[in-house]
Amino acid sequence: MKTRINPEDVFRIVDKHNNSQGAIISILEDVQATYNYLPEAALRIVASRTSHSLVDLFGVATFYRSFSLEPRGKHIASVCMGTACHVRGSRQVLKSFEDNLRVKAGGTSTDGEFSLSTVNCVGACALGPVAVVDGDYYRNVKDGDVSGILDRASRIDGALKMTDDERVFAVSVSCPSCNRSLLNDEHLLDGHPMIRVTASFGRKHGWIRLSSLYGDYRIQSEYAIPKGVVVHFFCPRCHAELRSGRLCPDCDAPTILLLVRGGGTIQLCSRSGCKQHFLDLGG
Amino acid sequence: MITLRINGVTAHVENGTTLLEAAEFLGFPIPTLCHMDGLSPYGACRLCVVEIGEVGQSRLVSACTYPAEEGLVVRTASSRVVSNRKMILELLLASCPQSKTIQDLAAAHEVRQQRFRQEYEDCILCGRCVRMCEEQMMAKAIGFRGRGENRSVGTPFDVKSEVCRLCGACMQVCPVCELRCTFTEPEKAICGGCANLSPPCVDMNEYEDMMCYMNPCVACEIVRRDGELTAKEIDDVVV
Ligand code: SF4
Ligand code: SF4
Ligand code: SF4
Ligand code: FES
Ligand code: FES
Repeated sequence: MKTRINPEDVFRIVDKHNNSQGAIISILEDVQATYNYLPEAALRIVASRTSHSLVDLFGVATFYRSFSLEPRGKHIASVCMGTACHVRGSRQVLKSFEDNLRVKAGGTSTDGEFSLSTVNCVGACALGPVAVVDGDYYRNVKDGDVSGILDRASRIDGALKMTDDERVFAVSVSCPSCNRSLLNDEHLLDGHPMIRVTASFGRKHGWIRLSSLYGDYRIQSEYAIPKGVVVHFFCPRCHAELRSGRLCPDCDAPTILLLVRGGGTIQLCSRSGCKQHFLDLGG
Repeated sequence: MITLRINGVTAHVENGTTLLEAAEFLGFPIPTLCHMDGLSPYGACRLCVVEIGEVGQSRLVSACTYPAEEGLVVRTASSRVVSNRKMILELLLASCPQSKTIQDLAAAHEVRQQRFRQEYEDCILCGRCVRMCEEQMMAKAIGFRGRGENRSVGTPFDVKSEVCRLCGACMQVCPVCELRCTFTEPEKAICGGCANLSPPCVDMNEYEDMMCYMNPCVACEIVRRDGELTAKEIDDVVV
């Protein structure tokens, strides 16, 4: 599964780091955060836009284990192979993961859902064998438990989902008026589609993309938005204003209303720089 | 000016001179492998070990990277240096026995045995080729990849490099690849393809061990098909 690379996204990452020397790791981290791995095409773009040669980028990318040159699955499963887990039978557990996913440790299942890896001790030896799936720890795992663990991880895929390490949700949102999805698959952040809406403030009117990770405030916007300005958000499909009746408890600006897939709403303060937001899954 | 003593002889050298240069200036030979005039010091092979400091508190350093210091006492051929040097050569022999350079060095330093598991690596990671390509050829076509036991030298993504201009300098300076393209059996050695430009050297399949960065090989005009494909795919991806 090859990810489509939008060169503009890579340019933006490079520009953000101002082409400073020594920014090589930060640039690669941002590229990986965007695509979930380091696509060759993206590395070539970075090399052409910075003073870093492809050789150096590749050297760093292959040196650190946290970088991956292969697309990783939506879910990350790792089985502890540390001494304590090993003597308690983690080999069997790993084998069961491998059989269930039909992939060897270090690989990604053909459907792109799971990446399987091993780790050497996650520091929970007394609970071994330990498996970590999407940031959730499973203790005393037996080979028979594995399919259940994998099922559970796949199910959390719906409205809310834990990402691999950040422990934040990715929310799938839609417009409260027309109910169509606001996610944009062409622009990924941390491997998740971004929320794309239309924003207007002052005389400016353009697109804005918000991270779909709950609690993450990263945005990309056509126009720089000055701090403190109240922005109006519109659905790019039906052009209705995404507005709730409530005011922000911190700064009294109107709040934006988004529908969460699977039930509930999310409300964000419309003032740039204000981080007030609440998730209401009751509705 | 810095004054130091090497093997009991006083030397006056410019600031920034390495111990290797100072010893050479006085005529004390120090064997080297990864060092090369014209390339930046790298200190990878440790063959140039020398002992510094007073007896009893001395330590071993690599002469090619250690700068001369005021009042430093250096020994280039003490028994400690010699035994360490021999061990380094023995280890080099264990990994790359087919290298003529290493064989000659081992013979010159009376290394008569090799007690480790025999391997046939085609690279000792001395970094000569990498520095040559970057510092003299200004190409940066090859570099180190990976780390630990997976460290290797080559082009990014193992595909034909766009910036390599097939100058051959990397192979020229390699202490190992003189006998590189070795078919599949390392002992048989000597590719000879380069010396015999037509007809083309050998079938690509015979070249499992090929380590030549001239991709495609100049002599045999091997084209790495998988590599080409990847390069094309990239064009498809970057719109
Ligand atoms: S042949 Fe290519 S890789 Fe080797 S030194 Fe010349 S430019 Fe560099
Ligand atoms: S290929 Fe040759 S020159 Fe390059 S690092 Fe390996 S041994 Fe040294
Ligand atoms: S160019 Fe071809 S024949 Fe010459 S050393 Fe390289 S692989 Fe062997
Ligand atoms: S060995 Fe598995 S958690 Fe320590
Ligand atoms: S010559 Fe000094 S470390 Fe190789």
